[in-house]
Amino acid sequence: MTLATPVRTAGSLLFNPGLKRNRTDKLFTSIAALFSLIAVLPLFLVLIYVLIQGGQLISVSLFTQLPPAPGLEGGGIANAIIGTFVVTLVASLIAIPVGVGGGVYLAEYASSGWFAQFIRVGNDILAGVPSIICGVFVYSAVVATRLFFGQSYSALAGGIALAVLMLPTVIKTTDEALKLVPQELSWGAIGVGASKFVTITRITLPSAFTPIATGVVLAIARAAGETAPLIFTALFSPFWPEGLFNPIASMSVLIFNFAIMPYEAQNSLAWAASFVLVILILGANLLARWIRRFASS
Amino acid sequence: MVIRSESDQDQFTLRRRPWAERSIDRGFKRLTIVLASLVAVVLLGIFLTVFSGAREAMATFGLSFLVTSGWDPVNSQYGAFTAIYGTLVSSLLALFIAVPLGVGTAIFITENLIPRSWREVIGVMVELLAAIPSVVLGLWAIFVMEPLIRPFLNLLHQSLGWFPLFSTTPKGPGMAPAVLILVVMILPIITAISRDALNQVPQELRQGAYGVGSTRWIAIFNVILPAALSSIIGGVMLALGRAMGETMAVTMIIGNSMNFSWSLLAPGNTISAMLANQFGEADGIQVSALLYAALILMLLTFAVNIMAQWIVRKFSLSYN
Repeated sequence: MTLATPVRTAGSLLFNPGLKRNRTDKLFTSIAALFSLIAVLPLFLVLIYVLIQGGQLISVSLFTQLPPAPGLEGGGIANAIIGTFVVTLVASLIAIPVGVGGGVYLAEYASSGWFAQFIRVGNDILAGVPSIICGVFVYSAVVATRLFFGQSYSALAGGIALAVLMLPTVIKTTDEALKLVPQELSWGAIGVGASKFVTITRITLPSAFTPIATGVVLAIARAAGETAPLIFTALFSPFWPEGLFNPIASMSVLIFNFAIMPYEAQNSLAWAASFVLVILILGANLLARWIRRFASS
Repeated sequence: MVIRSESDQDQFTLRRRPWAERSIDRGFKRLTIVLASLVAVVLLGIFLTVFSGAREAMATFGLSFLVTSGWDPVNSQYGAFTAIYGTLVSSLLALFIAVPLGVGTAIFITENLIPRSWREVIGVMVELLAAIPSVVLGLWAIFVMEPLIRPFLNLLHQSLGWFPLFSTTPKGPGMAPAVLILVVMILPIITAISRDALNQVPQELRQGAYGVGSTRWIAIFNVILPAALSSIIGGVMLALGRAMGETMAVTMIIGNSMNFSWSLLAPGNTISAMLANQFGEADGIQVSALLYAALILMLLTFAVNIMAQWIVRKFSLSYN
């Protein structure tokens, strides 16, 4: 038996790469490929520079010393690293309980009432409020009124500002995660006599743990890198952290302050802080990804 | 026929829920209502704070605040036109560049043009780009990107200097580098939302298009993109809102000049950059003027976000 030799006539169904339509197809595919290349290029450029410029400054003193006074050499960013952790922790302690609670209300108690819809729309609007406006709000509400023991700028105010920023993400994640939990689970629990409270806290929330945890980790990572809400709430401090009611340094504000200083030493500390911050944030993102994959397998 | 005994019936009587259980249930529900309401409280608080702070400046400068461009703390004369213009122009130009790039990338990683593992790698990389803090991008823009693009901007000025948009010599920070860094910041949003939208287009539509003989890109342009268009436009609007509110990277690279210039190569300002720079040290009517500008920014992003949600809801095609 012999194979029929392909014949290329006008009516042939064989793929002819020379046809105009196929050439245009190739052209558009190349354009899309080029666009994708351009889209991922900044990630590489930023990462390479942060890793090279910041990586060469990694030393023990970076993690143990205070930033130097302007004009002096050396020093570290230890206070800013502690500060970022403190402020982010405060924000998480506020935003996670409030956000998960609000999400539980939306998904479990009032999935379709006017109030729930109102809160959902409000949540989306809050998510779109520029982060600098969150800073302005917390400045006016907490810092300018000296709400906490007569202190103006404080780590707590910074934490509250970041919490306002995290809240919409946590609520939305919880709401959507709880809606994906099969109804049969909670029916089963209520059927064997569990109260609504027990059903939610022991059955529904634990089975939605993975997506909620993923969303929360991503929200924390985003908050840790935020600067705009902190510059006039937590402010900055060249000293060691002095509790929640005093101004506190953070890596993001340090980068902002030191990048625009005309001193070499400060500029390199800004790169070093970027290095630490980017490693932490990308680490958190990979952690979230891993949680997701671990749960789905 | 079986006659049920007394004890049989007892098994089916309802258990009376103890008082403690009922009150815990009720308390928990009330707690979640309070927590959910906090969203509304915070949102209202933000609006009232900004609005009440801005009232003084609104009374003093009126609507001419929006169209005059003097910003003079010494004589207490304020007009935010430079910042409003900067906000709109920087975000719209960034959108103009980022939409083709983002949608193109989304098509490239959804439409089976390359192996699945490659697509996932590109998708993850774009998502990681979104995770990089804006202040780090700002640092990178100051020390790496701006020196890198300055020769090109110079070339642009020399060849097209007669055109008002390129009429000044690039001297460092300015509108053009700010636009480029905004592109980097909103590209991941546009790509992610477009990718989700394209993934939701039913496979049957593609098969139908290929079945009647269209090539891949004829199908993309005539069938797949139109089907996903509403979500893509919604995502683009969200990105616009993000670009208008973006603060740190823009503040660090835009130059923060309150002098108005048509040129994209000259330093400019945006509302959020102005807030970041001046709000901490301002006092008196300057605070009020800044809050007036903040109110305008809020209303702009609010309008854009509402429109995004409306577009998605109104024009989204539903498939059974």
